[in-house]
Amino acid sequence: MKTSDSVAKRFSLPQLTYRVWKVWQRDWDVFMKTYKVNFFPPLLEPILYLIALGLGLGALLKSVQGMPYINFIAPSLIAISMMNSSFFECTYGSFVRMYYQKTFDAIIATPVSIEEVIAGELVWGATRSLISSSIVLGVVAAFGLVTSPLFLLIPLVSFFSGLMFASIAMCFTSLAPNIDFFNYPAFLLITPMFLLSGTFFPLATLPDFVQIIAKAFLPLTHAVTLTRGLISGNLESSMIISVVWIAAVTPVFFILSINLMKRKLVK
Amino acid sequence: MRAYAIGGFGRSLMGSEILIKARNLTKKYDDLLAVSSIDFEVFRGECCGFLGPNGAGKTTTIRMIQCVLPLTSGSLTVSGLDVSQEQREIKKMIGVAPQEDNLDPDFSVMHNLLVYARYFDIPKSEAVKRSNELLKFFQLEEKRNVIIDQLSAGMKRRLILARALINEPQILLLDEPTTGLDPQARHLVWDRIRNLEKRGVTIILTTHYMDEAAELCDRTLIMDNGKIIEEGNPVELIRKHVGEDVLEVEYNDGVMKDLKEKLPEARFEVVGDRIRVFTAQPHGAFESFIRDFPTKGATIRTANLEDVFLKLTGRQLRE
Repeated sequence: MKTSDSVAKRFSLPQLTYRVWKVWQRDWDVFMKTYKVNFFPPLLEPILYLIALGLGLGALLKSVQGMPYINFIAPSLIAISMMNSSFFECTYGSFVRMYYQKTFDAIIATPVSIEEVIAGELVWGATRSLISSSIVLGVVAAFGLVTSPLFLLIPLVSFFSGLMFASIAMCFTSLAPNIDFFNYPAFLLITPMFLLSGTFFPLATLPDFVQIIAKAFLPLTHAVTLTRGLISGNLESSMIISVVWIAAVTPVFFILSINLMKRKLVK
Repeated sequence: MRAYAIGGFGRSLMGSEILIKARNLTKKYDDLLAVSSIDFEVFRGECCGFLGPNGAGKTTTIRMIQCVLPLTSGSLTVSGLDVSQEQREIKKMIGVAPQEDNLDPDFSVMHNLLVYARYFDIPKSEAVKRSNELLKFFQLEEKRNVIIDQLSAGMKRRLILARALINEPQILLLDEPTTGLDPQARHLVWDRIRNLEKRGVTIILTTHYMDEAAELCDRTLIMDNGKIIEEGNPVELIRKHVGEDVLEVEYNDGVMKDLKEKLPEARFEVVGDRIRVFTAQPHGAFESFIRDFPTKGATIRTANLEDVFLKLTGRQLRE
């Protein structure tokens, strides 16, 4: 008989069915149990940033790229919330479910496969991005900082960027020997992205090589570019590059993370 | 082939339908042979126990049956389906109660069952109906809206069993179903397991408690170091390996000499300051010994499965 050990270790395209949705539903149910706590940070955080940086620091600056500073950082806050919510959902959140709660073990005892569990987690991470960034978008709108009807496309950017960050996060989860491990990607990847992706100042002010690194390797740069264009209506050709970048990177990490998790969990 | 079945111990399994069949089943990790080329069958409707010290390969075997652990080599079929090929079909007919608590801590008792039912595509109304029945069956009705953290260990265990039954499985895999429970909870669980067996559910359980195996199992497979070293009905195994009675006396050289003289065919085991004496002779052999040589602290007790287990697997600690 054919042994399946080699099959499990081989890299493959995940076989997914509608059961991905069942895993998503489980995470959604938990989220809704504690929705008050979940809605609070994405509501409060952008208000603080808009006041402190946008109004406070912004008063010292004439304008950035032809717009008031508060308008410049508003889309960044939306994109940062996409990154943070999905990345932390699929690192700390998924790790807790996998390791401490044994939720994945419980689910794979049913007709749902491990690949579908991970895919469900990734789609849920993307959903968290959608939820959080929509709340931030609402705050930004309430500050009167949305100036183009194209903002209606932001949820789309949010979902796919979220899927990308979630997939990258899940790769770290597959490598994590313990929960403290996530300090490394948080400080070595998330913090640099938070600061260096054209978020709080234009990338053009940085040395060339930093700009190249930011555009080539930092996913947040592209989420910021797209969000900024859609919220202000100032469409630029660089947005096409960002769409292609996200569309190319997301499936790679999506498939990679499922394979890595399978390798970790199915021994 | 199965003498006990003809001999009338337990239920006759001759001619029963084979539900699970393993041939040369092997599971190897990098440098560890967890399960080493074992053969076994599980028959429809029986309660089959896997016994063995820690690391014997019991849980590994269970996890291969439930299709979450790939085989290294050999074959394993459940209801004729290959575990490496038809995992979804097999998982649909199996209920699993794992060793570890993997209930969803964020949900109430009822919600745990309903979410689990969803993974099996059970429609909501049917899931509610089954959940209500299961909560009643396991005496958890009053706890239906309680969050998992507030349940006792016994309640959690019952809920895990209830959850394992949500898909009305033909086969129930119970990995140490009563570990850590108080006697009351334990007896309730036993009672429910027997009840399920009567309803025709095939049950496979692992346990460290020999009384539990003797109480519940029609047949036990004793594993050690990844191999099945003995198999049979508990009563039959006890008779075969340790006889009917066991004599225990306090150790001293005089007693030992008397014992060896009087019971030349007996097997002696010295553990600490106690001597255990096993004999193939029927009841009465020890009574006459005690009569002739009144010894301090001598007791005669019925032989049990634990005696068999320790004889076969030794007393060395496994960690």
